[in-house]
Formats: sequence, C-alpha cells, structure tokens
Amino acid sequence: MSTLEIVDLHASVETDTGDQPILRGVDLTITQGQTHAVMGPNGSGKSTLAYVIAGHPKYRVTQGSITLDGTDVLDMSVDERARAGLFLAMQYPVEIPGVSVSNFLRTSVTAVRGEAPKLRLWLKEMKEAMAALSIDPSFAERSVNEGFSGGEKKRHEILQLELIKPKIAVLDETDSGLDVDALRVVSEGVNRYRESGQTGTLLITHYTRILRYIHPDFVHVFVDGRIVESGGPELATALEDEGYEKFIGAARAGASS
Amino acid sequence: MSPVMVPATDHAPLVVSYDPEAFEVPTGREEEWRFTPLARLAGLHEHPQATSTARIEVSAPSGVTVTDVDVAELEGDASAPPIDRISAIAWAQASTITRVVVPAESQIEDVIDIVVDTPAGVSFGQLRIDIGAFAQAKALIRFTGAGVFAGGIQVHVADQARAAVATVIDPAPTAVNVSRLHVRLGRDASVTSSVISLGGDLVRMNASVEYTAPGGDAEFLGLFFADGGQHHEHRVFVDHSQPHGRSSVTYKGALEGEGTHTVWIGDVLVRANAIGIDTYEVNRNLVLSDGARADSVPNLELETGEVVGAGHASATGRFDDEQMFYLRSRGITEELARVLVVRGFFADILGRTRIPGLAESVMTTIDARLGVSDLVAEVLGDGDDGQS
Ligand SMILES: Nc1ncnc2c1ncn2[C@@H]1O[C@H](COP(=O)(O)OP(=O)(O)OP(=O)(O)O)[C@@H](O)[C@H]1O
Ligand SMILES: [Mg+2]
Repeated sequence: MSTLEIVDLHASVETDTGDQPILRGVDLTITQGQTHAVMGPNGSGKSTLAYVIAGHPKYRVTQGSITLDGTDVLDMSVDERARAGLFLAMQYPVEIPGVSVSNFLRTSVTAVRGEAPKLRLWLKEMKEAMAALSIDPSFAERSVNEGFSGGEKKRHEILQLELIKPKIAVLDETDSGLDVDALRVVSEGVNRYRESGQTGTLLITHYTRILRYIHPDFVHVFVDGRIVESGGPELATALEDEGYEKFIGAARAGASS
Repeated sequence: MSPVMVPATDHAPLVVSYDPEAFEVPTGREEEWRFTPLARLAGLHEHPQATSTARIEVSAPSGVTVTDVDVAELEGDASAPPIDRISAIAWAQASTITRVVVPAESQIEDVIDIVVDTPAGVSFGQLRIDIGAFAQAKALIRFTGAGVFAGGIQVHVADQARAAVATVIDPAPTAVNVSRLHVRLGRDASVTSSVISLGGDLVRMNASVEYTAPGGDAEFLGLFFADGGQHHEHRVFVDHSQPHGRSSVTYKGALEGEGTHTVWIGDVLVRANAIGIDTYEVNRNLVLSDGARADSVPNLELETGEVVGAGHASATGRFDDEQMFYLRSRGITEELARVLVVRGFFADILGRTRIPGLAESVMTTIDARLGVSDLVAEVLGDGDDGQS
C-alpha cells in the first residue's frame, strides 16, 4: 500500500517582487485505492499544491514535508518523483513542438518502467489506450499538445495516466474546459485506472460536476492555502448547494484570530 | 539592420576574382565579417601556406568518373569565381581540383561518397561535381580531420538533371573550416543541398546558388549543432537571375554552452528579369542554455514585383523551463528531455535530405554530444524491437 503524506506544508512562489507565500499549512494523507477531492475557489492555491507535489522549480517549500511511503519526496528531482510513482495531470498542459506524442509516450513509459517496452506490444498498448479515450490515431504523430483543443489536451493527460500507471495521481482540474461527452470519456478513463486499485487519486476541482462521474471517498475544502474542512461525499453536495462562501468567511476568521 | 542603404544588389558580392590580392584583409567591421571571430581563423586571411594536404577520397558508383584536373582548366566561365579573400586563396593554393562527373542521362542510385580529410596544419582543397543533363545523382561530402581548411565545392547541375548533395562538416574540435558551396542550375534543373555542421572550433560555410536558365529549383537545407564555445556561421546567397526559378531555404540550428555562437545570414536577390520566381527562406534556432547566442539575419531583395511568392522568416526560441518541467514530470531525465526536443526540432530537415541513412548518422552524433545513454538511443531509435 503506497501512501503519500503531506504534513504542515508551506510554500511560496517566486515572483518579480519576491517570494509570495501561497500554501499555509496543508495536511493530507492519500493511500492507494483512495480518491480525495480537493475543492476550492479560484486562486486558493490548489494548483500550487499540485505543482509542489510534482516539484515545479518556481515554488519553494518553506516548511513541512511530503513523503511517499516514508521517503522524502521534496529531496527528489522532478523526474525522480515521477519515476517513484507520482503523476500530475496538469491544468494547463505544455506544448512541445517537434516532439511527437508517440515518441513522448514511449520515452516516458520507458523512463518510468525502467526498460523500453517491446515495440510491437507497445504500439498495441498505445493504440488501445488511445481508442479507449476516443483519441484519433493521427494524434500519435502530432507534436505534444501543439494545437490541441482544451479537451484534447485533457484526454492526452489521462492517456498518460493510463500508460504511466502511477501510484499516486494528482489531477488538476481535469474537468475544466470539457463538454459533457468529453467529461464522460475522461472520467471513464480515470475510473478504469482507479478500479485497478493501484492508485491513490487526488482530484482537484472547482466544480462538483466531475464528482458525479468520479466518486470521491473524501472531500476537502481548500481556502487560502490550506484545507479548512474535510468530510465524505456529502461535503461536495453541501458545496454544490451553498458554495464556498461560508468556508471563505470561516477561513478569514481563522486566519485573523 | 545597417543604417546605410545601398542601392540594388547590395547582397551580391561586390568583387569576384581569382586573385586574392583583389580583396582586402578584413578588419572585422565589414558587414560580411562582423560576426566572425577573425582571431580564430588561424591566419587564413594573411598569407597562409599549406602545411599539410587535404585528402579528397571519392567512392564512386560505377558510371561516375573521378579525375584530378588543373585549376586553370576550370577558371573563367567554367566555374563561379571566388567571392572573398579566403575563397580566392583556397583556389590559388589548390593546384588541382577533384572532379566528379555523372554523365548525361545516367541514373545513379548509390550515393557518391566523398571524404575530405583535413589533417593537422593548414590545407586547401577544391571539389567539383558535374551532373549531366537529365541525370540523377546523390552525393555525400564529409569533412573530417583536425586541421585548418579552406576550400570550395562547386556543383553544376545541367538541364533537367536532379541532384541531392549533403555536406557534413564534422571535423575534430580543433578544426577550422571555411568553405564555399556553390550550385549552378541549368534549365529546369533541381538540387537538394543539405549543409550540416556539427564539429570544429570554427565553421564558416557560404552556400550559394545561381540559375543559368529558367526553371531551376533549389532546396537548401541546413542543420547546425554547436556547443562548448563553437562558432558556426552559415551564409546563404540565392541569386535569382532567371525567370520561373524556385528556391526554398530552411536552416535550423540548436546551440548550448557558454560562448557558443551561431550565425545565419540568408541573402536572397531577385533580379529584375527573374519574373515568376518563388522563394522562401527561414531560419529557426533553438537555444538550449544560457550563454549561447544565435544571430539570424534574413535579407530579401526584390528588383521585380512580378513574383509568385517571396518571403522570409526567422525565429530564435529557447527550450523553456515549462517544457522541461512537463517532460521531467513524466519521468524523463533532463538530459533525455533535451535530446527529445532537439530530435523533434531537427526531424523535418533530416527527413528531406534525400540522402539515405544520413538522418540516423547525424542524430547519433548529436545524441552523443548531448550525452545520451544507450537506453535513450534504444527508445528513440524507432526501428528496433526495444529489447533491453
Ligand atoms: N507562478 C506564479 N506567479 C505569481 N503568482 C502565482 C504563481 N502561481 C500561483 N500564483 C498565485 O498564487 C495563488 C494561487 O494560485 P493557484 O494557481 O495555485 O490557484 P488555484 O486554486 O489553482 O486557482 P484556479 O482555481 O484558478 O486554478 C494565486 O493568487 C496566484 O495568482
Ligand atoms: Mg488551478
């Protein structure tokens, strides 16, 4: 059983005017097989949390720890984290001109698995995974994310999830920019992989819509850089009805006391 | 841009001559020399004497003849005369020219393989390739060795002939290579020229094409990879002096490391009578690390407006932190991420050279320069079965 443990995490972002604190004490433990939804208003620091877990160089951890099965994650380079079993589906996937999707995927899978998959088996595996996400085969020869629509980028992220098979997957607003059909296809992809029981999932979202397709075990409300309330799926329902207002108020009150 | 606007044909060489003394020794302030570190030219501009001999070895498929001819035989109209002091010195100092002839109407399948070895010391050499009318041939010219070399390659493609010529400059790290590649196209003749510079301390390659009759078609490709303080300078001159010609120039460079400098100057001149031509030139550079610098100057000079198309583009981009983060977040090491991006960047050029096997050998060299492991080569070399 793999466990990602985040304890009292504080982090800032480097800006032109100096370091700006964003995460202010995040505590969260995710175990393989569990799905946690983190929900919060715009700008509350959700993506920052995701980036800090993945090791983006722009963010600096000022306090606290992240461990994967007891091993210090903060000590690892970005690619070491990925090879250790962490995966981030990005809110805004990056375009890489000139690098074909098929080359990218094979290189990534080889790096994570530690050996190159046999070419013929690999092609079959990739084609099937693409078909399951309704990604046209022609995408294999296109440059990574270049000219992809918002929805195509998100499918491509989930394609990577299914091929890389991480221990812990962080999905940052995978639902944003998707129409209902695309949302269903992408959610099915995530669920297929969740059902393998091999992953712990951290689902970051602004809206409850995706939670109708991907059922979380735990829901956390994220405001002003930390988790202000945790509960079961019923918390998502409450959020849907009442919005973030009361939590924002509570967070402000908590911060000023 | 130079503030001084000179009238028409300011991009054609002002002086052409077989006499080195017809050209001044440059000071470094001249437009043609302002990017070149003259001190690293090993005295080629002064009065260099050959202290070693360039060996030009040709493996010619049957049907192709190779002879040594006296330089005097090819002066005058038979060649394009030197355009600067070094090319004039290189002509004057080479007593013979290696001449490769593909007879008219012959179809040569195998690549004519030519190695120009430039041993330590200073050497000069001249190569001439003639592709007869209606013939088709491919040639691969590879520069090797550790010395200082100046020389010229002239490729004459007769009426309706079709040529593919690749010039790979990958000598030892100490080498200096100042070369000129000139293509002369007959009526409806076509050429694909690929100039690839990888090695040496200083490379300065002047590639040019002239049209002697209407309908010529030149595809000029270039690829340069420079690191560790190398200076790679590519100059292109397309001289549209005939109607209905076509030229397409695509040069791409990748560079990294402190003090590394690449230069691309693309001059296209469309003379008044060159109506109905179509020309496009583009240079793209990928800067992989701080401290490396790419200069890129496209010049398009139109003396007629009656063209099918005329355009140019130039862009220098960085391999940025977000791209690196994305690739690394997928488990790909920093080193491998760079290889992946560089391979992707060069793929279109290498796919168009028409020289079999060239793409693979160039990429293998670049992989090694980027410090790639065997595993990487195996993953990226798509041909095998991925056994490990
Ligand atoms: N690279 C950055 N430079 C400057 N400010 C940043 C940077 N990254 C994040 N921030 C700031 O940090 C705060 C949190 O941003 P973050 O992207 O983590 O929020 P979010 O919860 O993911 O928002 P959204 O719901 O809009 O995706 C915001 O105020 C944002 O402007
Ligand atoms: Mg976000």
